[in-house]
Amino acid sequence: MVLKSKSVVAKILEQDETTLQTDWLKALENSDMYRKGVIRPAELRDQCSEFLRLLRNAMQQGNLTEIQAPEWANTRQFLADMTRVRAQQGFSPQETTTFVFSLKKPLFDRLWQELPKDPQQLAEEVWNATTLLDQLGLWTIEVFQKNREEIILRQQQDLLELSTPVVKLWDSILALPMIGTLDSSRTQVVMESLLQQILETESQVVIIDITGVPTVDTLVAQHLLKTVAAARLMGTDCIISGIRPQIAQTIVHLGVDLSEVTTKASLADAFAIALKRQGLKIVAAS
Amino acid sequence: MERIPILQMGQFLLVTIQVDMHDRLALALQDDLTNRIVKTQAQGVLIDISALEIVDSFIGRILGNIATMSRILDADTVVVGMQPAVAITLVELGLSLTGVRTAINVEQGMALLRSPFGASPEERDTHAQT
Amino acid sequence: MLKHEVVEARSSADVLVVRQQARAWAVEMGFSLVEQTKIVTAASELARNMVDYGLGGTVELEAIENGSRKGLRLTFTDQGPGISDLDLAMTDGYTTGNGLGLGLSGTKRLMHEFEITSQVGQGTRVMITRWR
Ligand SMILES: Nc1ncnc2c1ncn2[C@@H]1O[C@H](COP(=O)(O)OP(=O)(O)OP(=O)(O)O)[C@@H](O)[C@H]1O
Ligand SMILES: [Mg+2]
Repeated sequence: MVLKSKSVVAKILEQDETTLQTDWLKALENSDMYRKGVIRPAELRDQCSEFLRLLRNAMQQGNLTEIQAPEWANTRQFLADMTRVRAQQGFSPQETTTFVFSLKKPLFDRLWQELPKDPQQLAEEVWNATTLLDQLGLWTIEVFQKNREEIILRQQQDLLELSTPVVKLWDSILALPMIGTLDSSRTQVVMESLLQQILETESQVVIIDITGVPTVDTLVAQHLLKTVAAARLMGTDCIISGIRPQIAQTIVHLGVDLSEVTTKASLADAFAIALKRQGLKIVAAS
Repeated sequence: MERIPILQMGQFLLVTIQVDMHDRLALALQDDLTNRIVKTQAQGVLIDISALEIVDSFIGRILGNIATMSRILDADTVVVGMQPAVAITLVELGLSLTGVRTAINVEQGMALLRSPFGASPEERDTHAQT
Repeated sequence: MLKHEVVEARSSADVLVVRQQARAWAVEMGFSLVEQTKIVTAASELARNMVDYGLGGTVELEAIENGSRKGLRLTFTDQGPGISDLDLAMTDGYTTGNGLGLGLSGTKRLMHEFEITSQVGQGTRVMITRWR
């Protein structure tokens, strides 16, 4: 919606910013967010006046309802930056939105003073201001959540890489000791990174050891087989070792065909056959 | 018409695919290679695809054809250097190139061509020196 | 829809152009290398089918959104002879040319969504999507 005549809110922001800011600061200083004592008074004051300035600039374009429009880009950016910092400081999303929502009361008070004799326009102005501030508040929540998701995703990725290291056993022989429950997304990530390491180390044999894996389901078994097939296409042989009896049963039960894959009972057996393929063997040092 | 060059190194032919091949170029390579195997009596063919960003069912079929035809002409074929992303995609597509031997790089591919019993890992297990 | 583009595919040289465009879009949309490769391979299969069996056609590329998920959608449309038995055409190994019969069934495995419609004498349309 684009307003025909200039909104009273815009007028208040232009002419009465100082009073509005003082009232708003008072409201903020009484909030939980502020009482944590993390934010310095000067910092809060700067943020308030910057937000009011951005609000005023955006409103001058006449668009008070669509904060996705380009004229609101600066305001959105400001709130997004502030939200990220707040999230790092340990604030909850509610505490973060307080910044925007606490402007409502001082702003409505001012509107009421401006329009004492025109209840219809007052209602309209209050409605517009509420809609606008609600959208901006929801925007901070959205940014907050996105930020959270990114952090969680990054941590998951880090954990994944830590939990399944590819180790070089010998020249041209790699081993991937897998430990813990395999779900299909973890298997996929691990397998992709295994293939990448095969390329980097130019290895000829890879041992995938699943001694530390309690169970596998069809999807995981299929991922394993696909990895073996992909490794073969790259020119590397795979040996799967440490298949527990229960897993062997599951594999047969699921009808997954392992006949094309070399399997060995233990990592040691697999290593011995890998060495043999390279024309090497282990002898006692007399 | 543009063609993919075939290099001769002793008893072996070496092809390095460096461009995204359109279908006719791939078919021409298949013809050229068969002719060259006959003419040079090559014992092996090494195809380096490390620069290929995709292998679809068409290129996959050409690689398979080359391997089959060279076997008939008594030459071995080794495909080397397939990228991980390409390999993952090919497997998902459903192509395993069972008749095609592979190696991680040119050096290992050459070693495979030179080894008298390099056909499969199991065969190598039984023949390997102990 | 965020953006879209249409590419013609009438000859085997055009299949190359389709591959390049699919790659450029997948890269720009931030797909991983493995995902890019799957998308480009699928595009190559379907573009070649249009050229080989469908008398040529068009490929529409679109960036789409579903909630917070971004996706790349490719739609292949031709006015060729169509396919009389879709189930058969979608079977691994079925080919009327001398292919491997993996183009359609394999492409379905490479993508998250796969939709094919065909009318004998009218043409064929295949729509594939991969989500980020
Ligand atoms: N656009 C099309 N128009 C008409 N028929 C088609 C079209 N696309 C596919 N077909 C039919 O479906 C069959 C299967 O297609 P698919 O791509 O799976 O295998 P292919 O092209 O024969 O072999 P490959 O793709 O493995 O090289 C084709 O042989 C053809 O008969
Ligand atoms: Mg096809």
